[in-house]
Amino acid sequence: MEALFLAMFKALVAGLLMGLVFALVALGLTIIFGVMDVVNFAHGEFLMVGMYATLLTAPLLGVDPVLTLPFSALVGAGLGVLCYHGLIRHLLRGPTIAQLFGTFGLMLFLRNLALMIMGSEPMIVHQGILVGKSFVVGPGIVLGATKLAAAALSLGAFWGAWWLIDRTKTGKALTATSLDKEAAMYMGISTERVNALAWALGGASVAVAGGLLVNFWPVDPNVGLLFTMIAFATVALGGFGSIKGALVAGVLIGMIVQAPPVWDAMLRLVGSDAAEGFTIHSLKYTFVYLIYFLIMVVRPQGLFGWKQ
Amino acid sequence: MLEIKDLVVSYAGLPVLQGVSLKVEKGQAVSVVGSNGAGKSTLLKAVMGRARVSSGRAVFRGQDLAGLRTEKIVRLGLVYVPEDRKLFKPLSVEENLKLGAFIVDDPAQVQGRLEYVYELFPRLAERRQQAAGSMSGGEQQMLAIGRGLMSGPKLLMLDEPSLGLAPLMVSEVFETVRRLRQEGLTVLLVEQNVREALELTDHGYILQTGRIRQEGPSSDLLRSDMVREAFLGM
Ligand SMILES: Nc1ncnc2c1ncn2[C@@H]1O[C@H](COP(=O)(O)OP(=O)(O)OP(=O)(O)O)[C@@H](O)[C@H]1O
Ligand SMILES: [Mg+2]
Repeated sequence: MEALFLAMFKALVAGLLMGLVFALVALGLTIIFGVMDVVNFAHGEFLMVGMYATLLTAPLLGVDPVLTLPFSALVGAGLGVLCYHGLIRHLLRGPTIAQLFGTFGLMLFLRNLALMIMGSEPMIVHQGILVGKSFVVGPGIVLGATKLAAAALSLGAFWGAWWLIDRTKTGKALTATSLDKEAAMYMGISTERVNALAWALGGASVAVAGGLLVNFWPVDPNVGLLFTMIAFATVALGGFGSIKGALVAGVLIGMIVQAPPVWDAMLRLVGSDAAEGFTIHSLKYTFVYLIYFLIMVVRPQGLFGWKQ
Repeated sequence: MLEIKDLVVSYAGLPVLQGVSLKVEKGQAVSVVGSNGAGKSTLLKAVMGRARVSSGRAVFRGQDLAGLRTEKIVRLGLVYVPEDRKLFKPLSVEENLKLGAFIVDDPAQVQGRLEYVYELFPRLAERRQQAAGSMSGGEQQMLAIGRGLMSGPKLLMLDEPSLGLAPLMVSEVFETVRRLRQEGLTVLLVEQNVREALELTDHGYILQTGRIRQEGPSSDLLRSDMVREAFLGM
């Protein structure tokens, strides 16, 4: 019984930490969708770019990977603005399907560009103040410093985004544009600039998430797919365009992904062979997509959704 | 203040405005009246840069509006209150009003205008925390007008403010417009309520299927046979 509680507690903590990073990954997707109703299929590729940005600049500048995060944010913001002005702005004049295929094409392009430049070998940060360190917070509970820092900084980035949107004039323009683009124009708001800002924010936040992840998650040109899917599930669960929703849903999904050991502990408790639990481990993302699917059927607007 | 010259607008090849000209002088209240589909909203939208103009032009305070983005036009002091009001429905009354003052940088000025609008519409003051979308049609129209006033417009263009309102509300809205013009605000009013609109304004234009059929001092129009027959049922 004790083993089960311990497994549950561990899963909760690990899920919370992972979930906060998932939430940050999803934040940009939900901001961009909220402001302009565009679903960015290349979102995971933005994350990949952020991962490489941290991975490559840390040794180049001779600084700790954590210190390269502002640089990753800058790269992500730049990439976002570039994509908006170079591609998305033009797609907006076409039918919705053009936006779908357009960002899908962007995904393939960024992925293959990365393959060309970086090769297919997975890479990870090997050196840094956080790497390899951990804290023992209780009997049998060990927290990796990289994950702890990633979660804390994710939370910080979330707070920053909330502050910007809720407390600043720029944020008001963002909210107004997402509610009614035409009305926003009549208020004297440059919706064109708001759109670019949404892409900058979206790119920056997901790139920072990438910079945090690469400390414990290897990057390769195809790493984006998994995170795009997780971000889609998070945004669908939390509600399209909802920032609070992204936070709550990110944590929920983090916990789902970290839940399998609890199942193992339960099996062990009833005397069953733990090997049976193995299938559960390989199915953890299936559960995420199952929830994604269910939420789309039961509550298509998501938990905190306000957009139809 | 605003001069529209030979404005032509077509939607998908179909002409909606076929060369409309009109003039609004500073301090004047001008009405454009006409029945459904005459092109009244299209005229205002074209001025705001929201409809593609094929030919003709609109000049506001000496500046040609051609090719200007809507937000730039607003910053010139030309404010449009659309017929579907376009409120930010989930936001509160006060948040809507503050967004109306988006282009105003001085917080003291924003505060002053907020108080002015609340004095103009005490009902909005009572409901300042209520979500805009949950208010009655009349209250929403007041909010739309109030929001339009928040940036301190030089010319306020109202598109059918009486649309869909109960008679009592209609007269309240028109009363407000009367007060605004007495305070010296320049107003361009688009209406289907021909009699009230003409009684309220100095100068009127009758728009029919994309053309100005008749124009003149509102009092003359009210007496003209064409208006009496076509709109006043006499
Ligand atoms: N976006 C559009 N695309 C195609 N046709 C349009 C569009 N907007 C308006 N029209 C057409 O242009 C004509 C004029 O429309 P407009 O909305 O300007 O009329 P209105 O005088 O404002 O009418 P109402 O009193 O009903 O508001 C109508 O026949 C309408 O169907
Ligand atoms: Mg109209």
